[in-house]
Amino acid sequence: MLAFALRRVLVSIPVLLVASFIVFALGAASANPLAPLLEKNPPAPPNVIAAETVRLHLDQPLIPRYFSWLGGLILHGDFGPSVTSTMDIGAELGPRFLVTIRLIALAMVIALVLAIVVGVLTAVKQYSKTDYIATFLGFLFLAMPSFWLAILLKQGGIAVNGAVGYPAIYTIGSASVPPPTGFGANLADILGHMILPTIALALISYASWSRFTRASMLEVLNSDYVRLARSKGLSRRTVMVKHALRTALIPLTTVTALDIASIIGGAVVTEFVFQWKGLGDFFLNAVRSNDTYATSSWLLVSAVVVIAFNLIADLLYGVLDPRIRHA
Amino acid sequence: MPEHTVTSPETREPGTPVTSGVDREFTVAERSQTQLVLRRFLQHRAAVISLGVLIAVILLAYVGGMLWKYGAGEITPDNSQPPSWDHPFGTDAVGKDEFAQVLRGTRISLQVSVSVAILATLVGTLWGSVAGYFGGWVDSLMMRITDLVLTLPLIAVAAMLAHNFGGTWYLIAAVIAGLYWAYVSRVARGVVLSLREKEFVEAAKALGATDTRIILRHLVPNALGSILVNLTILVALAILLETSLSFLGFGVQAPDTSLGLLVSEAQTALTTRPWLFYFPGLFIIIIALTINFIGDGLRDAFDPQQTKVRQ
Repeated sequence: MLAFALRRVLVSIPVLLVASFIVFALGAASANPLAPLLEKNPPAPPNVIAAETVRLHLDQPLIPRYFSWLGGLILHGDFGPSVTSTMDIGAELGPRFLVTIRLIALAMVIALVLAIVVGVLTAVKQYSKTDYIATFLGFLFLAMPSFWLAILLKQGGIAVNGAVGYPAIYTIGSASVPPPTGFGANLADILGHMILPTIALALISYASWSRFTRASMLEVLNSDYVRLARSKGLSRRTVMVKHALRTALIPLTTVTALDIASIIGGAVVTEFVFQWKGLGDFFLNAVRSNDTYATSSWLLVSAVVVIAFNLIADLLYGVLDPRIRHA
Repeated sequence: MPEHTVTSPETREPGTPVTSGVDREFTVAERSQTQLVLRRFLQHRAAVISLGVLIAVILLAYVGGMLWKYGAGEITPDNSQPPSWDHPFGTDAVGKDEFAQVLRGTRISLQVSVSVAILATLVGTLWGSVAGYFGGWVDSLMMRITDLVLTLPLIAVAAMLAHNFGGTWYLIAAVIAGLYWAYVSRVARGVVLSLREKEFVEAAKALGATDTRIILRHLVPNALGSILVNLTILVALAILLETSLSFLGFGVQAPDTSLGLLVSEAQTALTTRPWLFYFPGLFIIIIALTINFIGDGLRDAFDPQQTKVRQ
């Protein structure tokens, strides 16, 4: 298992390098960081523009610029110059990453647990009333734009707060300002702020994952080896958990890993609605101010997250299916 | 439909071998693939209802928008009116009729998503089938590029590109299609790979069919199902992405409007004018929901094996 894990880690390094070039080129091509200066009225003095060109390395061609960015990143942990000369992209990304990753991780865990429970239940009780209701709800969440659902939840929270007369559910921000003192109170505050955004983000992924679990579970339940296990006299529960579910989880792992990128995108929207100061807010500001080093760095961070989750998925395959581990 | 006439024994020429009076056991008319698919699709109740609703929404947006007494963007003397007979969806702060606005937003959002679906399907199918057909290192290289596109959060990249190259609906469509083709190419490649090895293709080859005939009569009709199903689902995905982009402020720009932009404008006064929030959202949900059901119906119709247990 260790050799298998090590091999997977080594394979993802070149992928990461190629991805870093793609995101750098994409960032550089998507906007001109000097545009706000050039469009300013009255126009910025030429010496300012010349100084900014040098500071942002725009006097160099794309390839050397990429290598100096990558070199600075690997050697000094420097994410490159921002258009806002006082901003350190790396120092800004760090705390925001923690804010966003806890939203994404919790939403994924909730969505997965819910999807597996509902998926298995609807597969076992195929064409029952439960199945029809869950299927319809799944389709509904699949068709619901994430921003609309998020605003709806936020309004629901505000309505509840109005009804009880005090702020029972947090609807804005990722933590209270200033944070409450004491570890327990702080944790409760952070969790309280996470409730609504997490539900909003989880429900969207839950919809497609539960449909997927149901389909793969049905396929497994109709297969010969499950019938064999039952006819050997194994209990329904043992067959369900040890034989059927384990196999049905393999395709779900693939889909989950494929969906990580879109969950990060969903988090941008969710954070925007709930006014979190996370990675999403950082990214939207960077795009609006043509801050190409910032957008590239953000994309790189999200690519690292996607690749890391894919790595976890790869390792999970190994756990779920011994054939993959030994191949 | 070909006629199967039964020749009676009396009219038979002497000397011809006597077969039974009936030349086939079942008088089942031959059906073309289109007829089969259509028949199975019509059996999917949710899909048929959805198709009806979607056609109604499209007619409402295009024909109803022309007939409605208020134009989109037209400022009426009533501002901040809740829904009434005169303004079924209410009005906004400056007096624009929300019903007219929603119909216009629906038109733009539909135009974007249908263009995205068609564009992405064309590019993705070509990319995926070339990769699947050639195999080897060409396939590996092309699919690694696809994987890289899929590694990035589409909405983020779309926002980046649309911020400087977007604005009008067709540019937004081009940006979104420029990312969604990667999904299509994966599907198309899978289909081509599996079809290439199928027995019926081998059988056709053994019977001496030319490559053109195999491609046109066997590969294309068989791949068409998956591609069409995907195209349908893509319309729903694209409408969700377009509205999200417009909501974030990177999609369709005012004075033009989209369903996402309408929701975003409603956000500022949610408690005082909630109707501005609910109606455009409802239209997004109706469109995406019906398209997903139609896609589901088409999938069942093209590939009845997928639904193992029939009621």
